[in-house]
Amino acid sequence: MKKKKVIQFIGFMLLRFCLYTVLAILLLFLYDIGKKGGGAISWEFLSQPPRRGMTQGGIFPAIMGTFLVTIVTAVLAIPLGMFAAIYLNEYAKQTRLTRIIRLSIRNLSGVPSIVYGLFGVILFVNILKFGTSILSAGLTLGLLTLPWTITASEEALKTIPNSYREGSLALGATKWQSIRTNVLPYAIPGMLTGTVLGLARAAGETAPILFTGAAFYLPYLPKSLSDQFMALPYHLYILATQHHAIQQVRPLAYGTALVLIVLVLGLNMTAIVIRYRMRRKRRW
Amino acid sequence: MKGLSKGRWSESALWVSSLIEKLWGRAEDIAPSPSETASPSRSFMKKKTIGRWKESAIKAFFFTNGVLAIIFLIGIFAVLLSTAIPAFKEIPLKEFFGNRTWDPTSPEKAQYGLLSMIVSTLICTTGALLVAIPIGLGVAAYLSDVAHWRVREIIKPIVEILAGIPSVVTGFLGIVLFGPVIAKIFHTGHGLNAVNGSFLLAIMALPTIISISEDSLNAVPSAYTEASLALGGSRWQTLVRVKIPAALSGIIASFMLGLGRAIGETMTVLMATGNARAFPHGFLESVRTMTANIAIELGEVPYYTTHYYALFAIGLVLFIMTFIVNLIADVILNKYQQREL
Repeated sequence: MKKKKVIQFIGFMLLRFCLYTVLAILLLFLYDIGKKGGGAISWEFLSQPPRRGMTQGGIFPAIMGTFLVTIVTAVLAIPLGMFAAIYLNEYAKQTRLTRIIRLSIRNLSGVPSIVYGLFGVILFVNILKFGTSILSAGLTLGLLTLPWTITASEEALKTIPNSYREGSLALGATKWQSIRTNVLPYAIPGMLTGTVLGLARAAGETAPILFTGAAFYLPYLPKSLSDQFMALPYHLYILATQHHAIQQVRPLAYGTALVLIVLVLGLNMTAIVIRYRMRRKRRW
Repeated sequence: MKGLSKGRWSESALWVSSLIEKLWGRAEDIAPSPSETASPSRSFMKKKTIGRWKESAIKAFFFTNGVLAIIFLIGIFAVLLSTAIPAFKEIPLKEFFGNRTWDPTSPEKAQYGLLSMIVSTLICTTGALLVAIPIGLGVAAYLSDVAHWRVREIIKPIVEILAGIPSVVTGFLGIVLFGPVIAKIFHTGHGLNAVNGSFLLAIMALPTIISISEDSLNAVPSAYTEASLALGGSRWQTLVRVKIPAALSGIIASFMLGLGRAIGETMTVLMATGNARAFPHGFLESVRTMTANIAIELGEVPYYTTHYYALFAIGLVLFIMTFIVNLIADVILNKYQQREL
């Protein structure tokens, strides 16, 4: 009897140890970047372009580039994701086609990001002749984000109780009328938070933009969607591995990593907090 | 056989008639009812048909968006295949998959052997799973069985944060944090090798493994747990002998999804594994995975050369590998869900 208790105690300790390991790694990550990156952050770092072969100056063009490319991503991925989710949750019946659509979405989210990059090179850069540009990179990232936005939007739609739809239908409204007036107004906040999570991940992706538009170094800001751009993740990659004076630019790399992680995790956390609040507030 | 075909025929006839009904409305809807013919309500009727058209147009619009997912998946495959075919015209399959040497820019004879990269990818992902499986399953079990629900509410978003760290940041930390430590422990000159890559990939695969394993542990019917506890089993025995076996399919699916992520991950391995082209013989060697090779060489390769096409061929191999892994996970998960119903 006692032996059983001891084994249970040891077992649960092991499980707890697993959890602490994960938490420790995460804390170590955040602490290291926060501590060493914090020293590099200044107003100049955030508002100036890189100078002297990227050994001095700031990362302003990279911040702007990431911002612009994420907007293109959002323009593609948010509407498409929402529409597809509306179809899947509101219209689709359990048919073979629906199952295949769902299967495709799950598989799309498993396609490696570098493969999306290859696809973007052929489709957007070569066939559609957008060249290596913000547009190509944004659209490539949009495709990458699409499965996440679809899934997240569908989750939001699922939380709307069926009685809302039925009540409206029973009063003689058509299907679209009930979706428009009784489902979407309540689902859209949730859909948006979900898609923000997807966009945050897209903003941190590097592999898909390597060959579709990210530039090593540009002294000016992009003027149109067909220009190349500097991006935070790519800039970090260059500072960390490709630069000629790696040790000298380490503080800058840390600073870039901190800005990137604050941006991505900030978006993440906002979405998570909003979602949590909404869940608690809403009692159907 | 005859009965089957007959059944299928009547089924498809039903389908056609329902389609016609959908498009044109039911016969009785279109034919004016007596009360309607009596009163002049033509405009109302017209409005109704327009409304019906509008409804089906809206449905068609959303349907198109839904089908886009299939089109994109097939599109990616088609683009990769069509760009990889010229490579396979030049390179025999036997060389592509059997040769250890990848040297496309050799002045004497260009060689396109993928074997050492495939082995590198396998080494890194195996290492990653060796680390991620026990820890991920442990955390999942802790969250589903041991933790107080308040703790769980806090930990779950934290796991999501871990999933949200950009891969390039993880790779950077592999260079500056783990690299020196690994170099010290194993007495290698630098810490950029397969161990480092495996470790980072494990961190990236953990969130997937944790969340899906936990979901499937939670989905085990409470009757199972209660029966085990009622027979005198401890909570630990219940977890190990009842819940984990019952949730095994979901747990294995989570491993597969984690594996898929690890195979396709680019930036972390590109930054942290050292990228040597030589055939790897162990965890402490510098390796170059398939993903890293594409990332390194695509930027410098001249367009429309065999080398260029060969890189897309690597992409195709990656696509097929991850597709199969994800498909297996999917089949396992579906089976599991059906059993739950």
